[in-house]
Amino acid sequence: MQITTPSFKDNARRALGDSDLRRALDNMKTGFVGKRLLAVERLPEFDALRDDARDIKEHVLENLDAYLERFEARVKEQGGQVHWCRDADEARRVMLEICRDAGARTVTKSKSMIGEEIAINEHLEANGIEPVETDLGEYIIQLRREPPSHIIAPAIHLSKEQVADAFRQKHGQFPGDRPLDEPRALVDEARAVLRQRYFDADVGITGANMLVAETGSVVIVTNEGNADLTMTLPPVHIVLASIEKVVPTLEDAATILRVLARSATGQEMSVYTTFCTGPRRSGDADGPEAFHVVLLDNGRSALLGGEFHDILRCIRCGACLNHCPVYSAIGGHAYGWVYPGPMGAVLTPGLIGLEQAADLPNATTFCGKCEEVCPMRIPLPKMMRYWRDREFEARLTPTLSRLGLAAWTFLALRPALYRVATGLVIGILGALGRNRGRFRRLPLAGGWTAARDLPAPQGRTFMRLWAQRRRGRP
Amino acid sequence: MTAKALDVGLFVTCLVDLMRPVVGFAAVKLLEDAGCAVSVPPGQTCCGQPAYNSGDRGSARRIARQVIAACEGIEHVVVPSGSCAGMIKVHYPELFADEPETAARAEALARRTHELVSFLAGALEGAGIDAEYRGAVTYHDACSGLRELAIKEQPRALLRRVRGLELKESREAETCCGFGGTFCVKYPDISESIVDLKVDDAIASGADTLLSGDLGCLLNIAGRLKRRASPMRVRHVAEVLAGMTDGPAIAEGRGG
Ligand code: SF4
Repeated sequence: MQITTPSFKDNARRALGDSDLRRALDNMKTGFVGKRLLAVERLPEFDALRDDARDIKEHVLENLDAYLERFEARVKEQGGQVHWCRDADEARRVMLEICRDAGARTVTKSKSMIGEEIAINEHLEANGIEPVETDLGEYIIQLRREPPSHIIAPAIHLSKEQVADAFRQKHGQFPGDRPLDEPRALVDEARAVLRQRYFDADVGITGANMLVAETGSVVIVTNEGNADLTMTLPPVHIVLASIEKVVPTLEDAATILRVLARSATGQEMSVYTTFCTGPRRSGDADGPEAFHVVLLDNGRSALLGGEFHDILRCIRCGACLNHCPVYSAIGGHAYGWVYPGPMGAVLTPGLIGLEQAADLPNATTFCGKCEEVCPMRIPLPKMMRYWRDREFEARLTPTLSRLGLAAWTFLALRPALYRVATGLVIGILGALGRNRGRFRRLPLAGGWTAARDLPAPQGRTFMRLWAQRRRGRP
Repeated sequence: MTAKALDVGLFVTCLVDLMRPVVGFAAVKLLEDAGCAVSVPPGQTCCGQPAYNSGDRGSARRIARQVIAACEGIEHVVVPSGSCAGMIKVHYPELFADEPETAARAEALARRTHELVSFLAGALEGAGIDAEYRGAVTYHDACSGLRELAIKEQPRALLRRVRGLELKESREAETCCGFGGTFCVKYPDISESIVDLKVDDAIASGADTLLSGDLGCLLNIAGRLKRRASPMRVRHVAEVLAGMTDGPAIAEGRGG
């Protein structure tokens, strides 16, 4: 996947001008946000569950190596294999090898953000293997050859008309004049196309919402059941998961599931919650003959114990995106890589480097809504500020901002000088703006006045007026 | 009035000092009417948020030290801004995490610091509020005040005591206005889109006046309203509570 994060500002500008996108994002807000609120109100112990969920993940992160090894041992006991991969390259290599060994020509895939992170589809295609996305949203964006714009709703940026267009273009097997106005018709058509692809696939690749150390199970939730078909029909199942997905017990998994769907879509549970453990055993009705877990680090272990440690608790529910005023304005593509919104603003610089992602931790108002809704109580604004600290230290902050800041600090630390200097400027601006009370334009204030008038100051500073009052002069 | 007047120091904030001193005088009046003896510590300038939020921790710490020194010995420090009060109450102690001695002083200051409206409604129990405002008012919950200091009911409780004032809630009262300090000038397009939602929502409430407790947000909202030629008036909540609404509202002139 091509990284366009460095051109965040241009991406955002383009997104703001896209009326289809704006409409789609409006729908998202009324959908996800409203439903989450209702779900939370129906569960009085929701906040207590959030604490439990946070504590579980925190405990895991402190003992990550032990739980991962326990998970590996359980998977092996059940006849599965675990592949430890340091980075995207290694993971791609391992997965291609497994596919080649299976003689794979097509693989089905259920939605996986880690798959996006390592760009597995591109890699398989380049090596003559066709990946077929089976999550409806993922399938649509695969047809359109674009990246997901949301971590749980990859095609949220599209209208149903745009989806219908894509289907007409790519599904040549159906009559050109078929009606595709209703969402139902779109779903039925996708289902008809995908049905055969499930049976044809040689390998099924899924992500994982959690890995359970106690049993070696993989937990996957979907609303379409596509992951179940992806993992049970082909002879080989590859689970692609990052290392922080592990939890100690089934009980812990259940606790996290209780906050996950509520935070994500406002559902009490996702429609399908599947625990799969190892390959098919004798006597099993179905299931793959081979079961592989690809465990990816890709920069995560370097975040452990540091300033960005807490982001490793993230369960990818998407609540912080849904509630973010910036994400709601520009959508996910503007962020330029796999993870958008507040969690992306924290995670992306850690994974692709701060230089490339320098805008992301700055493009937030620090409104704090993300932290308020995060089921894992991740202090997202605080970590965005940590990134800003690093940018400042590394002199990535734009020169003009640095100079302005230095001048302001210089004055702020010298109250007497500050009074004189600010008094002067404020006096002039106050006089100039006295009649209208505002400025439409002002030198050096272009950033402000592009979209709004600049209210004029009242003319004299409080400190000066206060001093006069103390001396008994009006 | 209680036997001994509460000793209150006003930390006026740089925006109020420079842009809208009437908010500072409204705060003084409200505090005095509630029986406080108000002083204005002379060594104050800015709380350091611009540096802190731009990643310049060194400057933020230097400014914070100055504020801590300026407020030493004052029983209650009152701030007419949720974000500046939040800076002192929540972020100063964090800033000095590696300097136990200063951290202790920062924590002591944090405990003694109060956002104006919550202090008026809390410790002062709404004493002395005696104002009239003819208008329908909607209240914008500025983010830092709401989420860092749990300011939600306090301003509404006080506004209900203002004669003639009708409170009309906006659906998105808790949604960010897109100001975000330097965010609004670094990402003006995004900020514009966010403040437009805020403005649409405020207008839809049917109110003729928008109030809030943070001047940054108010300058942003008023500036956008005026750019859109809206007649809605914008004021700091303290102006209305103190009955000091004779002068022009924010971004409105004397010359018509
Ligand atoms: S950071 Fe929190 S709210 Fe955002 S996706 Fe992760 S768990 Fe969900």
